[in-house]
Amino acid sequence: MKIVVLTKHVPQAIGEVSFAQDLTMDRAAVRCRLEDSDEYAVEQATRVAARRLDVQVTALTMGPSGAVAALRSALALGADEGVHVLDDALHGCDAPATSLVLAAACRRLGFDLIICGTASADGAMSVVPPMLAERLAVPALCYCDWLGTAEDAVLGRRDDGTILEELTAAMPAVVSVTDRSGEPRYPRFEAVAEARHKLIRTWSLAELGIDAAHVGLSAAATAVRRITRPDPQPATVSGSDPQAAAVRIADFLTERQFL
Amino acid sequence: MRKVLTLVDRERDGAVRRSACALLTIARRLGEPVAVVDGPADPELIKTLGHFGASEIYCLPESTHADSRIESAESAESAESVRGPQSSASTTAAEPLPLLDSAAATSGSDSAPTATDLLHHLAILLDPAAILITAGYRGQETAARLAIRLDSGIITNAVDVRPGPDNTPIAVQRCLAGSYLVESTVVRGVPVITVRPEAARPEPFRATPAVHTVRVDPSPNPVPSVAATPEPRPDRPPLDQADIVVAGGRGIGSRAAFAVLAEVADALGGAVAGSHTAAELGWVPQEARVGLTGKTVHPRLYFACGISGSVRHRAGMQEAKTVVAIGDDPAAPIFHLADLGVLGDARTILPALLAEIRNRKAL
Repeated sequence: MKIVVLTKHVPQAIGEVSFAQDLTMDRAAVRCRLEDSDEYAVEQATRVAARRLDVQVTALTMGPSGAVAALRSALALGADEGVHVLDDALHGCDAPATSLVLAAACRRLGFDLIICGTASADGAMSVVPPMLAERLAVPALCYCDWLGTAEDAVLGRRDDGTILEELTAAMPAVVSVTDRSGEPRYPRFEAVAEARHKLIRTWSLAELGIDAAHVGLSAAATAVRRITRPDPQPATVSGSDPQAAAVRIADFLTERQFL
Repeated sequence: MRKVLTLVDRERDGAVRRSACALLTIARRLGEPVAVVDGPADPELIKTLGHFGASEIYCLPESTHADSRIESAESAESAESVRGPQSSASTTAAEPLPLLDSAAATSGSDSAPTATDLLHHLAILLDPAAILITAGYRGQETAARLAIRLDSGIITNAVDVRPGPDNTPIAVQRCLAGSYLVESTVVRGVPVITVRPEAARPEPFRATPAVHTVRVDPSPNPVPSVAATPEPRPDRPPLDQADIVVAGGRGIGSRAAFAVLAEVADALGGAVAGSHTAAELGWVPQEARVGLTGKTVHPRLYFACGISGSVRHRAGMQEAKTVVAIGDDPAAPIFHLADLGVLGDARTILPALLAEIRNRKAL
């Protein structure tokens, strides 16, 4: 059984992020790490691997050369090998183009299960998993709080706030797991040291058979017009008018999705 | 004016969600709002959507499951054509709408058409100015698949959508934990935009919608089967497992005022807790005391009312993800922890808040 885990290299401290001339995030100027939610994906992959024989876990990423660090973290957490899609033409890819590249890489690797985190800290589009499923014509089980496998099927549970859903699909399938799925382990020193000797392959777009005209900033289907930094809302407001205060609190609760 | 498709987000019993009405309000800024229902439409649904300005409603025929395959086999030539506009009166009330068939949704080509199939069909048929979908578990997946099928650009989790200079919608997203606002437009295909439920307040705008029933062939892509079990939720969750905790302290003033706080907790679906003082005064049971000598809680929302936030109290709640505090002492330490602090009298603000929450929940 082959499991592909999607990983992403994201800025470590959001406060340090700056934007380049073309309104893309300047990833070279900021310290990055493995995306938190991807740690949960790697954890789930290793848990599946622990329960079954002959499981191979491949961590897959695309991004600038620094993104290899995210792969190393994933290898330390238990992935067996890494694949890095590295190409200058990938700069500024939008979500559909990202899914195009990742789908090609997954097809080339072969897979029974693709496990992803739900949303990245930097983009938070959370649409790459279902896009990948659409391109690969496989089912998608998104936002799973629990993941399990049967012989040829993958099982997931999710809670949409009002009901608990149990999802089942035949493999191959795409799954995205939430941070409620199980705490990722803290890698032992031996695992970190061993990760340095695990294989990382680097693929270019040409090797994946993708025309560079279909990816990158120039092929993006969305364009960023403007980026602004909103004034932070004052954390403490006056409550001398109870009605206004109630509206302010209700707005805050709605914004944070408690209502 | 070009049409703007909005996917109607519904409860499991078929009731229209508030967010669906908010989408219609946003759609009205961009063009002619059209509601798309991934199931049959009953009079109640048509009435609600009309109340919020839907000029047209596209829905699936009743019991798409068993019949559609038979009918499409019998009359293949009319299978994918839009049936003419029917009067809304002719549509009868259906059984509780199966949003996702819980009993035996099968995978593969013999399943019912999904929302993606329906929207894909309508996008080609109507060439809308935009497709708006509520950002949720299902909405996000529908939007993602739709964008790939249409080869369109997609913008997710928009907190605001407004018409741009050349009438292309501009969507505003919060990025990097809300520290930046990014305004983007879609430059290829029909814009697919998922909108956060809180992006707009539904504004009534009376319209008499024309109802169209559409027959769509399900796509051959396999979909996971979904067995949905309604989770039995206790009215009030246990304190140490609660997602939302509403806590009161000395500032609440009396046992009677604490009852209002409990009602706010019920309206939010949260647990009631008290500070050391509140427990000592008997306003809350001893086991609901949060702090060093009581329970430790890790909720997503900790709502502290009339609590100063002494060290022993903070020890029990500082792991809370979001803290909202109401208190009348600007020097109270709880305000250092609070994501939102309100300086005022909790006894007057809580009843107003309760009314506001009930008002918002009732659409």
